[in-house]
Amino acid sequence: MPFREKVQLMDAVTMDRTLIRIAHEIIERNKGVQDLVIIGIRTRGVPLARRIAKKIEEIEKVSIPMGILDITMYRDDLTAVGPQPIVRQTNIPFRITDKKVILIDDVLFTGRTIRSALDSIIDLGRPKFIQLAVLIDRGHRELPIRADYVGKNVPTSLEEVVEVNVVEEDGKDSVILMEED
Amino acid sequence: MPLKRKDLLGIEPLSVEEINLILDTAKAFKEVSTRDIKKVPTLRGKTLINLFFEPSTRTRTSFEIAGKRLSADILNISASTSSVVKGETLIDTARNLEAMYPDIIIIRHSRAGAPHLLANICRASVINAGDGAHEHPTQALLDAFTIKENKGQIKGLKVAIIGDILHSRVARSNIHLLTKLGAEVSIAGPATYIPVEIEKLGVKVYHHIDAALEGRDVVMILRIQRERQDKSYFPSLREYFNLFGLTLERLKRAKKDVIIMHPGPLNRGVEISSEVADSPYSVILEQVTNGVAVRMAVLYLLMGGKYEEVVS
Repeated sequence: MPFREKVQLMDAVTMDRTLIRIAHEIIERNKGVQDLVIIGIRTRGVPLARRIAKKIEEIEKVSIPMGILDITMYRDDLTAVGPQPIVRQTNIPFRITDKKVILIDDVLFTGRTIRSALDSIIDLGRPKFIQLAVLIDRGHRELPIRADYVGKNVPTSLEEVVEVNVVEEDGKDSVILMEED
Repeated sequence: MPLKRKDLLGIEPLSVEEINLILDTAKAFKEVSTRDIKKVPTLRGKTLINLFFEPSTRTRTSFEIAGKRLSADILNISASTSSVVKGETLIDTARNLEAMYPDIIIIRHSRAGAPHLLANICRASVINAGDGAHEHPTQALLDAFTIKENKGQIKGLKVAIIGDILHSRVARSNIHLLTKLGAEVSIAGPATYIPVEIEKLGVKVYHHIDAALEGRDVVMILRIQRERQDKSYFPSLREYFNLFGLTLERLKRAKKDVIIMHPGPLNRGVEISSEVADSPYSVILEQVTNGVAVRMAVLYLLMGGKYEEVVS
């Protein structure tokens, strides 16, 4: 099914401003960065998490532990969507028990990825709490899940696709709303 | 690229891409075993049957732990406690198990081809956990994983496989896998233990251990499989050790950073001396640890590929 660009939602500059704002909101909401850890969901949540962690570090002058989560082993559609997804490594090199976990992903859609991520994190320990930050919230939730920090709310139709590009993976920073050609 | 197979019956039919997919997937699963909670829900609701017609500690336990860490339900059937002793045929046993809707049957059998027979009559995925002297694919995969962890890559490595090649399914699976991935494989053992025309698999044959060890990166030692032998292949265990047993003295001919592997169980003082088995060169217990990760990857990949099989 071919898709064509409908409208660009963010460019490199607006994406950077959004991430700066989210970094400030995280610090404000948590009254500092005590016990704060940041976990990015593969694939595009990881570079976004790195950038947000770096911005928080620049603002607060402390280092923030950063981890990578692969949720493939926790998916609820393993035998429903062939071919099977490639499992990549989870790398969370710190204990998360009693930590304030900020979970980061690029797009919040059905909520199923976040459900998998929550189960996965809770299997690793018992965090004090988990908050969710996403670059784009496009609606159409299938589970009772919401984000604590949202870069941009974008009402979409189910036929549309939100494409997030990051320099680390795609060579450019942009968010594009695509529709069927 | 997904693994588009219902069954894992051997290394011989696998492509290099499929082998690499399994090894890469195993990396992710290895991390699960290091967690406080060593369990992920990936195969929740799947039923696995360990059907073992031959003795096994490592392989059966390894599959059981792999299945349990993926949240599958796994049960063990061994020939001595099953209806096999009442005279049931393999096909009837398989059809009866199949009637209870298992998702994967893991079989070990003394006859080559038994897993293939099962794969043809069962809807469930079949994994060969060793069939006679034919293949033992998950052993070769965990050996490859261990070599890659220690040496970075397999291409260009010099590997020696020493011991009872004739009765060894581990040797056959490893020869297939290592030559596919570009290693230079040589084998050594008493002439009675070297299968006729084994050179056709792309290996070099030595009849003296010292020549086989010269400049090797990896040395795999195989057990003398006395339970498979109705006649004598060599005069005595002591003579075997004197001529083919791996000692620290002999090991000096290999590369300084050589790794020693053994699929187990060890017969100390027969094919390998205790000082070598317990030396820093030995990665024998790493092999066991990696076995769980590799089997988790195989179970995951066989289950995940199911749907595509059905729709195509």
